Amino acid sequence: MTVLPSERLARLSWPRVVFVGLVVLFAVLTIPTLVDKHSWTGVAVTVAGTAILAYVYLTPKRIAARFLVPGTILLLAFQVYPIGYTIDTAFTNYGDGHRLSQSQAVAQIEADSVMENPGAQRYELSVATKTADTSGAFVFFLTDPNGKVERGDAAGLTPVPDSEVTKDQFTGKVITAAGWHILTGIQVNGLGQRLASFAVPTGSGFIKSVGLSEAYVGQFTMKYDAAAHTMTDTRTGTVYKASDGEFKAADGSGKTLPIGWKVSVGFKNFTSVLTNATIRGPFLRVLVWTIAFAVLSVLSTFGLGLLLAVVMDHPRMRGRRLYSSLLLLPYAMPAFISTLVWASMYNKDFGLLNKLFGTHIDWLGSPWSARGSVLLTNLWLGFPYMFLVCAGLLQAVPQELKEVARVDGASPFRVFRSVTMPTVLIGAMPLLIASFGYNFNNFNVIRLLTDGAPYPSGSSTAGDTDILISYTYRLSFGGQGAQYGLASAISFLLFVLVGLISYAGFRQTRQLEEVYAR
Amino acid sequence: MVRYRPSLTTAAVAVVAAALSLTGCSSSSSKSAAGSSSSPSASGSSASTAAAASAGSSSASAPPVRDPSTDLVIWTDAQRAPVLQQFAQSFATANGISVSVQPVSTDLQSAYVTATAAGKGPDIVVGATDWIGNLVQNGAISPLPLTAAQKSGFETTALNAVTYNSQVYGVPYATENLALITNTGEAAANPATFEAMVANGQAAVKSGKASEALAMQIGQQGDPYTAQPLLGSAGGDIFGTKPDGSYDPSQVGVDNAGSKAFAAQLAKYGEKGQNVFKRSIDADNAVSLFTSGKTPYLISGPWSLEQIRKSGLKYAISPVPGFAGLGPAEPFVGVQAFYVSAKAKNAALAQEFTLNYLTRKDVEEALYKVDPRAPALTEAYNDVSKTDPDIAAFQAAAAHGVVLPQIPAMSAVWGPLGIAEAAIVGGADPNTSMTNAATQIRAAIAKG
Repeated sequence: MTVLPSERLARLSWPRVVFVGLVVLFAVLTIPTLVDKHSWTGVAVTVAGTAILAYVYLTPKRIAARFLVPGTILLLAFQVYPIGYTIDTAFTNYGDGHRLSQSQAVAQIEADSVMENPGAQRYELSVATKTADTSGAFVFFLTDPNGKVERGDAAGLTPVPDSEVTKDQFTGKVITAAGWHILTGIQVNGLGQRLASFAVPTGSGFIKSVGLSEAYVGQFTMKYDAAAHTMTDTRTGTVYKASDGEFKAADGSGKTLPIGWKVSVGFKNFTSVLTNATIRGPFLRVLVWTIAFAVLSVLSTFGLGLLLAVVMDHPRMRGRRLYSSLLLLPYAMPAFISTLVWASMYNKDFGLLNKLFGTHIDWLGSPWSARGSVLLTNLWLGFPYMFLVCAGLLQAVPQELKEVARVDGASPFRVFRSVTMPTVLIGAMPLLIASFGYNFNNFNVIRLLTDGAPYPSGSSTAGDTDILISYTYRLSFGGQGAQYGLASAISFLLFVLVGLISYAGFRQTRQLEEVYAR
Repeated sequence: MVRYRPSLTTAAVAVVAAALSLTGCSSSSSKSAAGSSSSPSASGSSASTAAAASAGSSSASAPPVRDPSTDLVIWTDAQRAPVLQQFAQSFATANGISVSVQPVSTDLQSAYVTATAAGKGPDIVVGATDWIGNLVQNGAISPLPLTAAQKSGFETTALNAVTYNSQVYGVPYATENLALITNTGEAAANPATFEAMVANGQAAVKSGKASEALAMQIGQQGDPYTAQPLLGSAGGDIFGTKPDGSYDPSQVGVDNAGSKAFAAQLAKYGEKGQNVFKRSIDADNAVSLFTSGKTPYLISGPWSLEQIRKSGLKYAISPVPGFAGLGPAEPFVGVQAFYVSAKAKNAALAQEFTLNYLTRKDVEEALYKVDPRAPALTEAYNDVSKTDPDIAAFQAAAAHGVVLPQIPAMSAVWGPLGIAEAAIVGGADPNTSMTNAATQIRAAIAKG
């Protein structure tokens, strides 16, 4: 049985065709850029992705895949890829001073080393081409301070008699030259990279342009030897050898050149977490406080939220709606602002709290009061959410069960403990675990309220209120600029840690559910 | 086989659909490309300035992405952007190009480094000179070959501040440093020594005019920038210098005799001593303590001038006093400067703008008018200081100033030194705190 192509076509819905068309369009537009950047993996991924999408949506067979593929692609793009990238970065020295590739670093060090010859004259510069087209070769017309004109190209300087050019009467800059097109400023700028790499060799270095109409005589003070991988400072004769992503002085003075490059460092970032005393020393203390902070935050917010929800749930409670809206106020305010307001309220001499109570407590100045302050603020920020959750869950507790229990002579407390609580807990447990995970990495509150302070004597890397995430932030970005390699390694370890704790938590919940389901 | 063919035809349809939308898209993109390439010519200049103006305004809240439609792109903080737009615009009109000044409101430095590495950065960026070390080590800025005449036009400290590894990396336009600001209604201005100032301040507190003797911001984390004038007075320093006068990261001075002498003063005037230095005074409340009349003395910089002038207080500006019997105070002198990107798409124009336009006296004076900080160009400063005594007073306060270090190692100092400062003020042992801070700074520098 043959079916006409037009009939087959009719079976395809137009949105699908348009969608695949857009995907192909995207690929067609992206591939030239990727080829341009020599990103062959990118090309392969784009082609494969487009092929898969086209196949799945144009064939009648893969119906299930049509629903699974978009989600899978998003999962790969937004979950798997970032995690993979983080792990990949964890094995490098990527960070400030090590952002470039080696060839980029070498080029930048050489470019930065160009020094103007001391006392050398400057030239008025005109850039010229043979034809009106600027894409071809160009030359410099250089007027020295005495008005003498020379033409410079990659081979060197050639004198130009005054009869062949006309000059600006004030600056001496060449305006017209016989047989040449003098470029406008815009055209000079348009030469871009070609102008930047153009130099006219002279006896004492080379002539380079600066700005649109000026040129100076300079020379490199750093020379790279590609065969030996060394950089030589021509002024001092110091030789720098490439090793571990930077140029180190070969004379053993420990001097390094400022620009390094990204290299793979193996497990160095991971081992330094375990062996470096400044990192390892406070790690356990910070871990203990992190867990305490997360657990206490969850318990306190849940406890207060539940208590308020139960009170509000009481049938004889009046003005319930008003109270509820008031209780939700902290939730409605942006957490960042509330945290900063709390920070100013804790101020020992000018803060609201001490003024209100007439006390002189150094809230954020001593370890235990600072920890308490952090928990108090986090309670304020977190309880409305728990209140909302509990208020909802209380509605789900079957009234009959409570009645039955009461009829059986159970006290209100007993009813709460044996009937209400278990039902609420089943619903709330996943949220409590999520809340634990959130508070485990609650960077904002710590960063904005105390930033880890106070610090125990002799440690500026880990304060008494630091949790792991604020501590690693300081380790990675507080010392010598951003160290993305180290940060990635620690993030990966944190990821594993939180993952394990959450896994244990969810297992626990499942058991709970099984117990109460009977 | 038969089943295979229709998908081929549908694929053909898809390709046609793609081709259709592609032609639609490419025609519009070629149009805009033609528009931008023609804009530099004189005929398109009015259209391009309109485009620049709209780009400048629309990008106010956008994340930092290079404006692709203009010839010259400048990134600056949000406060300075409207001002710079005017100057850039007059440069652009004179040269028949379009320019856009894009404000980046948060963390300009790291946004710039990241964008430049990705090839999406601007041609020019404006920032403080302590960025230079980090920008250079990331290959983000290029040296600027100023002529000898141009160099000699700048204040020496300003020129030193933009010089790194014996190269000039930026064109300075304003200098800033700390000074002592006195509420003359409450205490005498220009005290000779720190001790005299404290005595005056405490007298003002005793008489009920004020509640604090001095507002010097410290906070729970300490503030080494604000502490530097007094650290220098006691003979301490953060880094030693190499023979050529530049900072040497291998000579950390935080635990030398002078720095420990400063630490002893911190303890003496700290919370367990005279209670003049307080962790409860921080960057957020120091200026408002002064403007509300709660303290006669404030250590601050030209950035708080506007707020103080608005408060209507009678004030006087004088150098931060040094400790009696020790040296004069040595505040950090920081400089705001323009840098040309190492990956500038319009390097020639950017160099022209920074080297030959921003170094003009009238431009530096006009920049002063919108942001009152001392111009870095000597000629401009001389003019301005005649009419604005505050600027002259701030400049006088910098007489013994030291250049704010540009070396990347400085980022390893702020944390530990500040924490030591706060701890000592709170009552910790001065000597061990400074020794610990120095140990940590050295470890961080060695690791980096």
